[in-house]
Amino acid sequence: MKNKAFILLLTLIIQPLLFAQTKGMVSIKGSRYIPLYGRDSSVVEVKNFEMDVFPVTNADYANFIKQYPKWQKSKVIKLFVDKSYLTNWENDLELKDSEKPDSPVTYISWFAAKDYCECQGKRLPTIDEWEYVAMADETTKDARVKSSYNKQILAWYEAPRSNENKIGENQKNIWGVHDLHGLVWEWTLDFNSVLITGESRKDVDKDSNLFCASAAVNATDLMNYAAFMRYAIRGSLKAKYSMKNLGFRCVKDIPTK
Amino acid sequence: MKISRYIVIILITITNVLSCRSDKKTTSDLAQAYQCPMKCEGEKTYNETGSCKICNMDLVLVANSPKTLESGVISEESIFNLTSKWNTEEGKTIQLKDLKGKTLVMVMIYTSCKAACPRLAADMRYIESTIPDEKIKNIQFVLVSIDPETDTPEKLKAFAKENGMQNNQWTFLQGSVSGVREFANVLSVKYKEISPIDFSHSNIISVFNTQGELIHQQEGLGVDNKETIETIIKITP
Repeated sequence: MKNKAFILLLTLIIQPLLFAQTKGMVSIKGSRYIPLYGRDSSVVEVKNFEMDVFPVTNADYANFIKQYPKWQKSKVIKLFVDKSYLTNWENDLELKDSEKPDSPVTYISWFAAKDYCECQGKRLPTIDEWEYVAMADETTKDARVKSSYNKQILAWYEAPRSNENKIGENQKNIWGVHDLHGLVWEWTLDFNSVLITGESRKDVDKDSNLFCASAAVNATDLMNYAAFMRYAIRGSLKAKYSMKNLGFRCVKDIPTK
Repeated sequence: MKISRYIVIILITITNVLSCRSDKKTTSDLAQAYQCPMKCEGEKTYNETGSCKICNMDLVLVANSPKTLESGVISEESIFNLTSKWNTEEGKTIQLKDLKGKTLVMVMIYTSCKAACPRLAADMRYIESTIPDEKIKNIQFVLVSIDPETDTPEKLKAFAKENGMQNNQWTFLQGSVSGVREFANVLSVKYKEISPIDFSHSNIISVFNTQGELIHQQEGLGVDNKETIETIIKITP
């Protein structure tokens, strides 16, 4: 009897170690797929990883800057942020009254988002990882062929001020991830690999064809207008920019055995 | 074998956590100045947030209030605030702030590059050749690899030799994948791996003053180097 109880206890202790899934994250099983703009616009491979179920909220971020004061808005250095960084915060530690703690944090730069994730032992997702999870809907892993999928996303793009909504109000997708669409745009680790700028023909030697004449020829999925918009936004960003409707979430590698 | 891998993972996690902790030190007590956005009371400033006594608007942080960083001499916009570590072609490990005190002319390349990089390197060499001898010792020409996995210090050294960039004024840097991405973002350089040995990237030459502040950027291939050269000569003592 005693022995059994001991074994039970042991299993209870060991189980979370064996199936270690980080709190607030879900496992994403990697695969190969064709993103809108992959390496040579062909198949990319995404490895297994874990992704935050929700975007990082204002409350999460408040905790973070309490711990790491260098990211408070009066202390952060200009190399890493622009003027609108945390502009919706009353002071270093508090949100303005109009803002909700469980809305996604926005007005943050790539540097801030990157450091936030690293300080949690995580990292920002790559574009390929983000797009991989985001192409799912409630029932399918790749819903890009469904017209309902594209319509829903585009309806959000038209909805004003969705950044003021709370997290978790959008249906989770088949992976168990909420709010990839319908709330805010999200930073990605390698957003600066989208090679389009105002002067793309001049400063980049290849692949500068997203919105130029040749754009449509290279895109793998002409119907995926929503993805076009995401890539265009990424191409226009600089790492110190902060925007009202741009937040982030983190991911974590799963060590290969 | 497995165990050693776990140990490595644990060590990496610990160093990550530690490196985050150490960031705390750089913050110090800063003198804050708040001011009415309408300047009802002229240039009068307050030490804490609140509202203006005259128009009742929220006081705002004065943008150019002097901030004394712990490191003292470098400004907020200086690239010497980056703490990433880099290997030189000579196998030394440095931080960017170790380059402080010289004008820096920086470009991002990769050595297996066949298209744009030789021309960028040629531009750098041309710029270097036009600088008067007495100024050269106060300038460092830095070529940073965007392909740190391939471009080892040995490869960079070989590249330096091939391109006649072996004198003291030339430095080549190999960073970590994350450090390179961060640095590229500071320079607004975009790049993308399109195959294991080939990258697309912006062709930008950046000039920094002795304090690591970005002074000038030249974009594009085969453009006129005149403005870049003038800037370098002007800011170099």
